[in-house]
Amino acid sequence: MKKAEEIFQLLKDNFPASSLELKTDQPTEPILLASALEIDKLCLFLRDSSELLFDDLMNLSGVDEPKSGLLSVYYHLGSTKFKHKITLKVSTDRNKPEVSSVTEVWKASDWHEREAYDLLGIIFLNHPDLRRILMPYDWDAGYPLRKDYENPEFYQGMKVPY
Amino acid sequence: MSQDSILNTKSSNLKTEEMVLNMGPQHPSTHGVLRLELALEGEIINKVTPHIGYLHRCFEKHCEAMTYPQIVPYTDRMDYLAPMGNEFGYAVAMEKLLGIQVPERVEYIRVIMAELQRISSHLVALGTYGADIGAFTPFLFCFIDREKILNLFEITCGARLLYNYIWVGGLSHDLHPDFIRKTREFIKEFRPNLKEINDLLSHNRIFIDRTANVGILPIDTAINYGVSGPNLRGSGFKWDLRKDDPYSVYHKFDFNIPVGEGTYGSVGDSWDRYYVRVLEMEESCRIVEQALDQLPEGDVQSAIPKRIKPAVGTVYARVENPRGDLGYFIISDGSTSPYRVKVRAPSFVSMQILNELCKGYMVADVVTILGSIDIVLGEIDR
Repeated sequence: MKKAEEIFQLLKDNFPASSLELKTDQPTEPILLASALEIDKLCLFLRDSSELLFDDLMNLSGVDEPKSGLLSVYYHLGSTKFKHKITLKVSTDRNKPEVSSVTEVWKASDWHEREAYDLLGIIFLNHPDLRRILMPYDWDAGYPLRKDYENPEFYQGMKVPY
Repeated sequence: MSQDSILNTKSSNLKTEEMVLNMGPQHPSTHGVLRLELALEGEIINKVTPHIGYLHRCFEKHCEAMTYPQIVPYTDRMDYLAPMGNEFGYAVAMEKLLGIQVPERVEYIRVIMAELQRISSHLVALGTYGADIGAFTPFLFCFIDREKILNLFEITCGARLLYNYIWVGGLSHDLHPDFIRKTREFIKEFRPNLKEINDLLSHNRIFIDRTANVGILPIDTAINYGVSGPNLRGSGFKWDLRKDDPYSVYHKFDFNIPVGEGTYGSVGDSWDRYYVRVLEMEESCRIVEQALDQLPEGDVQSAIPKRIKPAVGTVYARVENPRGDLGYFIISDGSTSPYRVKVRAPSFVSMQILNELCKGYMVADVVTILGSIDIVLGEIDR
């Protein structure tokens, strides 16, 4: 079982060129900040490194942060063997939200990423099937979980606000 | 075609045109409003594409507009067969974020409720599974026992299905004076019925023929797809958050984690996933009995905060719900309502495995496999 600091150090040693940061001033667990386009390589290392073995993607959630002009994705990883956990966070520009997909690492992320795309409009690069999932496929009024979202007047001739 | 090639043509080499068949959104065996797009080669499944979202009620968006205590009744409506578990998970996450310690009595009552809920939820899962496959009688037997559990919940909090019982920091009511006696009576009556369900369904030859060796799920695939709960244990992997990532007071109880053993077929088939649930009900009975024996005295509302206003930060907490790991990710911006809530619903994640499991089996097996995963559309669509 490894602490977040040790995991952070291991990542820094193996990815010296990446911009990584550990935020420890959190009320619960520390958060490891990573870069959005390298997250897939990072996750592959986290899963396959024999000291870490993060085989369980517990959760993946997108968050809108309009004040800083960002869209973020949180990854909660766990290891069923060592039982340690880590939280990763990547941020991307709100106007061009692109994050590397981790579906190659954990199949579980497929629908989570589709959900984040559906509700927040985050584009996951190299995702095999990036479609809307909870909203109707032809929903064209934007992304509901963004803070500035407004309901459309009509959807297919039906009045939306009731 | 030359004579040679005609003679060499076996029926297995003849390709028929692929057919696309829609199963649902209105179909009794989809347990709700779910559409499965089946690509068929004759009777054989080539691909299953689930289409979800028919029950989407914007739970996460609603949460951002409500205060923290107002969210509790909404969590009930996700996995509507296990609302106690949903509330429990939310309470665990919020208490971790707020850093509050709740009285022992509250924790014990929560465990009792969650385990009773697990029994009732599994009873629906097993009953409807039998009904999907054509065994209608066990369904009725299961519902008799579930009814008794719902009566216990009713005397506790007045509601039979959606309870709003477990609050952040406490409970809405203390136990009814009759609750302990009635729960003990229920468990005494339930144990023989469990054997009856086994005799009627589990070891029934027709049922075994339909479920054994169907939809085999290897451990590695299961973990990579994020499958959890009884489905993961059905594959023979001993993983239960009550033991492996303990929360509340589960460390005080003695219980086993049943896993699939491939009794009638291969490890990880539909029968294993089904039977793990049967065994889990017995373990839940044991936990309830121990909790009733040790139940401490105390005030169940003493730790409820007057006004919930957590510090800026995030929390992720997970609990073992009847369908698997239920996780809550909550971001607080320091106000009285959350900035973002994301729910990791176990059925939502487990559902992705469906295509992997169904490939190469018959159309009738889709019903078997879908039933063995035990999904609830309320938490998939949220």
